[in-house]
Amino acid sequence: MSSEWPLWEVFIRGQHGLNHRHVGSLHAPDAEMAIKNARDVYTRRNEGVSIWVVRSSEIAASSPSDKGPLFEPSNSKVYRHPTFFDIPEEVGHM
Amino acid sequence: MATLDLAVDQAALFECLLRLGDNTLVLGHRVSEWCGHSPVLEEDIALANTALDLIGQTQLWLGLAGEVEGKGRTADNLAYLRDAAAFRNLLLVERPNGDFGQTLMRQFLFDAWHFEMLTALTRSADKRVAEIAAKALKEVAYHLERSSDLVIRLGDGTAESHRRMQRALDDLWSYTGEMFVTDDADKAMAEAGIMPDPASLRGPWEARIRDVLAEATLAVPTGTYVHKGGRKGVHTEHLGFILADMQFLQRAYPGATW
Repeated sequence: MSSEWPLWEVFIRGQHGLNHRHVGSLHAPDAEMAIKNARDVYTRRNEGVSIWVVRSSEIAASSPSDKGPLFEPSNSKVYRHPTFFDIPEEVGHM
Repeated sequence: MATLDLAVDQAALFECLLRLGDNTLVLGHRVSEWCGHSPVLEEDIALANTALDLIGQTQLWLGLAGEVEGKGRTADNLAYLRDAAAFRNLLLVERPNGDFGQTLMRQFLFDAWHFEMLTALTRSADKRVAEIAAKALKEVAYHLERSSDLVIRLGDGTAESHRRMQRALDDLWSYTGEMFVTDDADKAMAEAGIMPDPASLRGPWEARIRDVLAEATLAVPTGTYVHKGGRKGVHTEHLGFILADMQFLQRAYPGATW
């Protein structure tokens, strides 16, 4: 039964050169089947060239209650954003 | 449109293309019956993918069959407007789904044959056949990897899963022999280099399934009785029910589209 299978987080790389992106999660008894299931559940519309799976329980996450101390200090530090430079046309998209 | 090769028996080619297309059509329909009923969501989607792959292959095989026949019948005409006696699929693929183990065992026994058949067809003297086979082979290689893996996991799983997988294998065994029967149409295709002699696939098929079944701790049945007839249009009662379900719409509302 799926209730006995651990949860896995699935990361798919859409194209060569891009990063793997988290696309969702699924249940599977082990990594091999998690990859097979990920192929069947998350790459049906030609989304991927590479799959990573990781046990959900292995992911360490920040706590929502720490949101203030973690993220708010950077709000007031606009100088960290490189918005004060004029980017020459020739450089194109960065 | 390829030029008609007069040296090749077109009636035999039509017959053998129907066999390929009817296998994938009937099995695709059977597998699709699990949609919404699988033991877990992931398996449900995986089975639906398999069913869709098989239906997609059906469109190609029956489309080519209609072209070879030259009477203007499309893949849809062939799928929806023939009666049971005109179907040429193996009896194996019309076996009822049973429990999940029986469905998987049927899939595995078929996939192992399908893989060998398509591999041989990629070398077909008929370019159209070789191209369809090359496309289908990629899908079927995955079907086989998946069904082999699950047969091993369930065969070598719990006492209950082992018992069910062994029962499924014992029940289906007598339906596997039909895959390797050679008749006149097969001979004509083999001589023309278009399709392999079915008998030639038995060796590689058996080697593969023996490996997987050994790993699955399942005993290969020793029975030699072979149920056959499907490839000549003599079917079990199950096909009629499949067709009643599958063909209802086109029979009740001819030409309906959406």
